[in-house]
Amino acid sequence: MAERKKEAKKYEFDWGLELKPVYKPEDLLGIEYERDIANPGDYPYIRGTFPLMYRSRPPLYRIYSGFLSGEDTNARLRYLFERGMPTMSIALDLPTQLGLDSDDPRAEDEVGRIGVAIDTLQDMEDILKGIDLGKVSTNITINALAPILLSMYVAVGEKQGVGKDQINIVTQNDILKEYVVRGAWIFPPKPGLRMTVDVIEYCAREIPKASPVSVAAGHIRSSGANAAQEIGWGFAIAFAYLQTALNRGMDVDQVASFITFTFHNKLNFFEEAAKYRAARRVWAKLLKERFGAKNPRSLLLRSFGGGGMEELTMQEPLNNIIRETLVALGCILGGVQGIGLCCYDEAYTIPSPEAQLIQMRTVQIIMEEAGLGDVADPLGGSYYLERLTTELEKAIIKVLEDVEKAGGAVKAIEDGLIQRICAKGAYERQKQIDSVEKVWVGANKYVSEGEQWDVKLHEYDPSIRERQIQKLNRIRKERDNAKVEKCLKEIKEAAESDTNIVPSTLEAVKAYATVGEITGVLRKVFGEFKEPAIF
Amino acid sequence: MSQQRPIRVLIGKPGLDGHDVGAKIVSMALRDAGMEVIYTGLHSTVDQIVQIAVQEDVDVIGLSILSGAHLPIAQKLIQKLKDKGVSDVPVVMGGVIPKKDIPVLKNYGIAEVCQFSTPLGKVVEIVSRMARVRKVA
Repeated sequence: MAERKKEAKKYEFDWGLELKPVYKPEDLLGIEYERDIANPGDYPYIRGTFPLMYRSRPPLYRIYSGFLSGEDTNARLRYLFERGMPTMSIALDLPTQLGLDSDDPRAEDEVGRIGVAIDTLQDMEDILKGIDLGKVSTNITINALAPILLSMYVAVGEKQGVGKDQINIVTQNDILKEYVVRGAWIFPPKPGLRMTVDVIEYCAREIPKASPVSVAAGHIRSSGANAAQEIGWGFAIAFAYLQTALNRGMDVDQVASFITFTFHNKLNFFEEAAKYRAARRVWAKLLKERFGAKNPRSLLLRSFGGGGMEELTMQEPLNNIIRETLVALGCILGGVQGIGLCCYDEAYTIPSPEAQLIQMRTVQIIMEEAGLGDVADPLGGSYYLERLTTELEKAIIKVLEDVEKAGGAVKAIEDGLIQRICAKGAYERQKQIDSVEKVWVGANKYVSEGEQWDVKLHEYDPSIRERQIQKLNRIRKERDNAKVEKCLKEIKEAAESDTNIVPSTLEAVKAYATVGEITGVLRKVFGEFKEPAIF
Repeated sequence: MSQQRPIRVLIGKPGLDGHDVGAKIVSMALRDAGMEVIYTGLHSTVDQIVQIAVQEDVDVIGLSILSGAHLPIAQKLIQKLKDKGVSDVPVVMGGVIPKKDIPVLKNYGIAEVCQFSTPLGKVVEIVSRMARVRKVA
């Protein structure tokens, strides 16, 4: 009887599904196993991309790391390697992401602050010192300037004697979502799109183990989108890249398997598991039916899951470890290929080594102690989960149709349409937090005033800027400046024509041209983006 | 006259930080509370923000910074407002701001700091209180 009083609470997902109190066999009506679900590794891949899933391919986990100089970052990476980290994920400072050298006045307060400062190839050499690029998989979160950072990584590989056929690199290189969220854009969307596709094309031809684009729709989710919008808009963005590559005369089977995704989870792992399952089916169907992909590899949705940053609280920060455990469960139960969790202190600061270690241990405990990845798609067949997957798929297709009606991803972003919907979503969410309709334990409910929780804050060392400037000045003096000039001229010519930008960028980087010099040339050719007014 | 005009607030994103969800939702909340909001957009310089504040004769400046660069940016902005003779415009700051930096910011001349956990209603209240302080003065 007491239960009746709780009727005011809504049980629903924000993409438009009201939840029943319990799911029953009737919820599986209309779903046929062989046709709609099938085994892991079989079309439409709802149960997983590979037949044995984690038994044959354990999930990669990454820890986003980088601060101050190349040497400082190298030391942190080594700390993590020694404790079992299988991969690297390099965080760049904002000046690097926006193409400003450390001595640029606009970079003054931001050098090495939220990531590592990179001005020239020398900095990349310092980050990767003693790390065998033939043995490690590396993610670099770079978008507007992916050609430069990819080139630096390739150049360090060459110096180590590791060829392009051996290096394993992920460049985020998803410029379109930067105009929606994250904001690390420089050029307008059209040249941005062109550079993204230059990197995809170059990797498809030259770097077989690369993942040249990771469509980071998760960032859009974190900025106010729901799960259906995350997948639907993510796919619309991916199709913009794919179609641009096809328009250049590439074949779908040559490109599709080079497109991967980064998604972010909320805490309800049933919803998230359903999301990954539904996304795999939508992707496989569209690649097959719309784009005519023949190679089964082209139909596989490869996703990197994690995030959940916006769900973390500053109050009682250790509770964030539990929240990120739920995020990790959504990833594993959903069958992702890689996991990147947030650290419990990340709502405050650049994570401490201990917080990063706990983040890595979370995945290790789930996989190796609890054995939760031992069986593929363990929730498959559940009345609830199969119904959820089917309903979410319908919602995803609706979002995709809507954005296509609006002219596709590029147009919808240029018009500010996606930005407007996200901002509204974020605003609604905040109102729900303020009214406690959305519960945040310890933050807006069960708040314990007066409790002190200490988070060790990362100390920024402002001397980094001076150190970087000295290094830059030395390199500018020692390098062959005539050669740098020649390389920059070649980049300008490539940018002005249809020539792929990567080969000339690689030569410039090897000549120790700076990030700012290369970007300066591109700024002149492409111009700069102006944000549309969205409210 | 000035009592007839709605409170006019500038919301700025100084520096290179691209995380603008907070700036946008605060702008929307202030607007829903009847204020006039001028949002500078991303990657604004301190000079641009001060220039817009003067041109638009705003009653309050709100800054959103999540990159950790809040201390040097606050110091520069307050100095610039003094240089332009408009140091009476109160500056409210929000973003990822460690508690220990709040007294430092106030010492620089930042009027109020809103945290990650500050409800929107409270932000609106702070901004209207600040704007009123200026009009009385």
